[in-house]
Amino acid sequence: MRSYLVLRVVSKLLMPFILLFALYVQFHGDFGPGGGFQAGVIFASAFILYALIFGVKDAGAVLPRGILRFGIAMGVLLYAGVGVFNLLVGGNFLDYNVMAKDPTLGQHLGIWLVELGVGLTVASVMVTIFFTFAGHRDRPQ
Amino acid sequence: MVAHFPALLVIIPLIGAPICMLVRVRDWSWAVATICTWASFAISWLLLQQVISDGSISYQMGGWAPPIGIEYRIDMANAFVMLIVTGIGSVIMPYARESVRAEYGVRRVYFFYTSYLLCFCGLLGVAATGDAFNLFVFLEINSLATYVLVGMGKDRRALTAAYQYLVLGTIGATFIVIGIGLLYAETGTLNMYDLADRIEKVGASRTIGAAFAFLVVGISLKLALFPLHLWLPNAYTYAPSMVSAFLAATATKVAVYVLLRFLFSVFNIELTFDVLPLDYILAALAVIAMFAASTVAIFQENLKRMLAYSSVAQIGYIVLGISLHNAAGVTASVLHLFNHAIIKGGMFLALGCIVYRLGTVNIHHLQGIGRRMPLTTAALVTGGLGLIGVPLTAGFVSKWYLVIAAIEKGWWPLGLLVLLSSLLAVVYVWRIVEVAYMKPVPENAEQVEEAPSSLLFPTFILIGASIYFGIDTDLPLDAAIETAKQLTGNGE
Amino acid sequence: MFLDYFNYWIVVFLMMAGFYIVIAHDNLIKKIVGLNIFQASVFVLYISFGKITGGTAPIIAEGFSVYSNPLPHVLILTAIVVGVATTALGLALVVRINEAYGTIEDDEIHKADEEED
Repeated sequence: MRSYLVLRVVSKLLMPFILLFALYVQFHGDFGPGGGFQAGVIFASAFILYALIFGVKDAGAVLPRGILRFGIAMGVLLYAGVGVFNLLVGGNFLDYNVMAKDPTLGQHLGIWLVELGVGLTVASVMVTIFFTFAGHRDRPQ
Repeated sequence: MVAHFPALLVIIPLIGAPICMLVRVRDWSWAVATICTWASFAISWLLLQQVISDGSISYQMGGWAPPIGIEYRIDMANAFVMLIVTGIGSVIMPYARESVRAEYGVRRVYFFYTSYLLCFCGLLGVAATGDAFNLFVFLEINSLATYVLVGMGKDRRALTAAYQYLVLGTIGATFIVIGIGLLYAETGTLNMYDLADRIEKVGASRTIGAAFAFLVVGISLKLALFPLHLWLPNAYTYAPSMVSAFLAATATKVAVYVLLRFLFSVFNIELTFDVLPLDYILAALAVIAMFAASTVAIFQENLKRMLAYSSVAQIGYIVLGISLHNAAGVTASVLHLFNHAIIKGGMFLALGCIVYRLGTVNIHHLQGIGRRMPLTTAALVTGGLGLIGVPLTAGFVSKWYLVIAAIEKGWWPLGLLVLLSSLLAVVYVWRIVEVAYMKPVPENAEQVEEAPSSLLFPTFILIGASIYFGIDTDLPLDAAIETAKQLTGNGE
Repeated sequence: MFLDYFNYWIVVFLMMAGFYIVIAHDNLIKKIVGLNIFQASVFVLYISFGKITGGTAPIIAEGFSVYSNPLPHVLILTAIVVGVATTALGLALVVRINEAYGTIEDDEIHKADEEED
């Protein structure tokens, strides 16, 4: 893939736009189709494109395994943390009304944080799955 | 905080899982898993006391009132099943430390405990929730974690066992989701108690009948009811020891709870058993399971596989009690849920002790083991007596209630069949006793000593519980009677 | 009658096709593909329920009064994620099985297993 000039240049040009589009889908989930899962997958696809063109090892240098593992865990903890925060402040679990002074603002904030957690976990998981499968070497029998 | 117990019960393991993933220092992931399991056990015990004194608890997730919001409704059936799951988990966790470390080495142990906590959280979520689709989501969380746990066995056949379990389990879960979708299309709601009201008004339309069929088949696959039990022997045989014990004691029991909830609470009794002839079908399949599985168990050489087939037979007893659908029958089923969980859990833990020392559970390699590992073999044989249903063990109490229920309903041949199949259990337990105590120790056998106390202690807690609850049956019997009254009495 | 319920005929066809692939084929990866087709039919079933005649997309806008039901869409998103996770797990198991047995045909694996213990 290194020798195909057109592929390399076009993918380098496209990658920032893919990442930007992923962020757009993430934050406009309550106004149009979108949300955490879709945005996470699009975000991961940018890194998978990079790995396809430039090799898994180079992509692994951009996103090392430790950061990915941290991302997976932090997304779930963010989601559960928002729920527990609501418990502590006085509402039920995942009751966003108590997150801010105004219930509508609380709902916005709660959904935003929760979708952020989902997007973070999904992106990390998708990239981890790809790196695990693509970087797998058949062990000798 | 007490009012939030239903949510905390499920959330604490769910938070523990990513923490386990981040903590990779030596054994600390085991410590996180044990703390989460013990905390869940404490909460479920307190919840049971609250349900006994105050009645059903309803908890609204997210502050949205049901039937629009997701509701966690804890009544006697839920609370009892959650107590069983958390109790077994709490007893197995000290066992797991040494057993898992011996089978994996300390560095990769954190993956194991992450998957275990996700499986545990899924089981508790299935039991706690009152929303049909939420039940499917937690069931899938639990199932996916289970496939990972089963695939971690050391034998390479653990991989094919996990794959087979994955394919069959996903088909079952997809059937369940089709059933839930058809119910939603007909009634417009997903809350189980609202569904019950609306189904009663609609009656047995074709959509409800189709949804019923899909749900029963899907749940039976998770339950390992004959003939949908094909994944169970391989999964239990090749999984790691602690996983076999945990799954045998909890996974099918929670599936039985789902069946009870759908048959009795969502679809009311008249629809299930009078309009649609489910009692004959379930009774026939249960009887075949009892005889066929016990017979196959007699001829097995691998002891774990023998106990796996014995589990299929015991599930036959539980489903037989459900098919009788009177109060005594459901009492017998719920009681046998509890008793089988502790007996089978204890026996698989004892087999895990043998694997820890000898590396194999093939019956030909275990000659004279009663002399080499006396305590472990005593635990194994005592559990076997519970499987047969000898008086003074827990197995006797549930079989007694099952026979009484059959006679009450007027189907006394079923009671006779229950006694006959217990005779088959005598045969395979006798095989274990014969090899363990009556064969001499071969000369070239390696010197093994008794299993370490951290493995023996949980085994004896569970087997001791099976004897204790055979003599003093107050706690499980009262809970089972109350559960049966709530499920069969008011057709909500 | 055929055109009225066109969606549901497609659901039944996909469901049975997927199920048949899982049962009839021996290749482990083909079984996973069959499972995916089976799950895809369930998605079509749910979304067909959600569409209300004359309804528009479920986003509040001026001038529209009939909206399609948004709940099945959310249920399907969850089911899609579950399907993706199951597929990833199944494929990971197939990679490990290939490493351990050297083959991904079910009958050859059975034969290798029977020759063991």
